[in-house]
Amino acid sequence: MGELFSQYNVLGAFGITIVLTVLSALGALVIGTLVAIMRVSPVGFLNKLGALYVNLVRNTPLTLIIVFCNIGFIVNLGMSVSDDFARNNLVWATIGLAFYHAAFVCEALRSGVNTVPAGQAEAARSIGLSFGQSLREVLLPQAFRGAITPLGNTLIALTKNTTVATAIGVAEVAGLMKTMQEDRPDLMVPIFLVVAIGFVILTLPIGLVTTHLSQKLAVKR
Amino acid sequence: MVITGLNKHFGELHVLRDINLTIGKGEVVVVLGPSGSGKSTLCRTINRLEPFETGSITIDGVPLPDEGKSLAQLRADVGMVFQSFNLFAHKTILENITLGPMKVRKKSKADAEKDAMALLERVGVTAQANKYPAQLSGGQQQRVAIARALAMRPKVMLFDEPTSALDPEMVNEVLEVMTELAQSGMTMIVITHEMGFARRAANRVVFMADGQIVETGTPDTFFNNPTSHRAQDFLGKILSH
Repeated sequence: MGELFSQYNVLGAFGITIVLTVLSALGALVIGTLVAIMRVSPVGFLNKLGALYVNLVRNTPLTLIIVFCNIGFIVNLGMSVSDDFARNNLVWATIGLAFYHAAFVCEALRSGVNTVPAGQAEAARSIGLSFGQSLREVLLPQAFRGAITPLGNTLIALTKNTTVATAIGVAEVAGLMKTMQEDRPDLMVPIFLVVAIGFVILTLPIGLVTTHLSQKLAVKR
Repeated sequence: MVITGLNKHFGELHVLRDINLTIGKGEVVVVLGPSGSGKSTLCRTINRLEPFETGSITIDGVPLPDEGKSLAQLRADVGMVFQSFNLFAHKTILENITLGPMKVRKKSKADAEKDAMALLERVGVTAQANKYPAQLSGGQQQRVAIARALAMRPKVMLFDEPTSALDPEMVNEVLEVMTELAQSGMTMIVITHEMGFARRAANRVVFMADGQIVETGTPDTFFNNPTSHRAQDFLGKILSH
C-alpha cells in the first residue's frame, strides 16, 4: 500500500476532493438558503420559481449537470473562467455541484422551518418586525438549528458526489483511482481500500459533529 | 379605536358578521363568548394577523394599512399577547424583550436593556432575565410576553385568552399583572374566560356568539341582568360550576 502513496500523489488528489467539497458546500448553502427563502415567502411567483428549481435540479442526474457544465458552458457557450484547463474544469465542477446540492439544502432548511411553530412567526410580526427581519431574527436561526442533521446528510452526500467531477477531468480521487487501476491492476484491492478509507475519514467526522451540534444547539420548547 | 361593519369568512364559514365596536382611550374591554364565536379571530383581525373582507378598523383615526412597512408600524403600536405565549425559543428572556425596541424602534442596546429590566421588574421576573423561555414556568413566560409587548410602548394591548394555557395556580400571577396594567390607563382588549377579571378590571363587557356582538354593557349590568337569551344561557352554564 506504501507503493501507492510513493508512486501517486494520493494526498494531493484528496486535497482536490476537499477543495471541491468545501467550495461547493459553501455555494450550495448560500444558493439553497436563497431558494428556501423563496419557497417560504408569501409571494406566489417566487414560491413557484423556488419549487420549479428544486424539482428540476433535484431530479436531474448529477453526471448530466456536471457534463453540461463542461460541454454546455465551457465548450458551446465559451464561458471559460480561466485559461488553465484544469482550473477551468475545477471551477465549473464546483458551480455544478453547488447548484445541484442547493436543491437538497433548500429542502433540508424547509424541513427545519417546519420545526418552528407558526406562533413564532406571528409573534415576530406582532411586535412589528418586517418579513425580512422576522426571517433573520426568528425563523431562520431556529430553522438552521432544526435542520442541522439533514444538512449534515447533504454534506456527506456532497463529499462523495465530488467523485462525479472526474467525468470532466478534475484531478480528484476518483480520477486518480482510475489511473491507478489501469497502471497497477495487481494492487486492485489496496487501491479500493485506500479510496474507501479516505472517504470514511472525510465523512465520518461530519456525521459525528452534526449529531453533537444538533443536540447541543437544539431549541428547547 | 373604531371598528365598523367588519366581515370575515373562513371559506364558507362566516366568522365575523357586521362587527361594530368603538373603544376609547384607556378603556378596558373584555370579550366573552362560547368557543367558536369569533372572539379570537376578532382579536387577530385587529392587528391584521388575519385579513378581513369588508368593513374598516381605524386606530386614532388612521385606517389599518394593507401591507408592508406601514402595517409593520401598526403592529408595533398594537401589543399582542397570545394564548401559547410564543416567546422566541432561541433567545433569552432579555433578548426577547429587547428585539423589537432595537430592530423596530432603533433603540440602542443599552437603552433597550435598561427599559427591558424595568419591565421585567414590573412583571416580577427579573431573576430569569438570562434564562431561555423553556426554563420558565407558563405563568412566568406569559408575564414575559406581556413585558415584550409593553416594550414597544403600544397604544393598545390585545390579549388572546392569555390564561387559558396556564396551570390553575399560575392564572392569578398573570391576571394581577393585567389588572395593574388596566389600572395604569392602558387601552386593552381582553379575550378571556376569567369572569373575576372581567368584573374587577373591565370598563365594558362585550358578549359574542356566532360571529356577532350580541350584547355589551358594564360588567355589573352584564353579569347581573343580561338581556339577551344567549348571554343568559352562557352565564347560566359557566357560573353554575
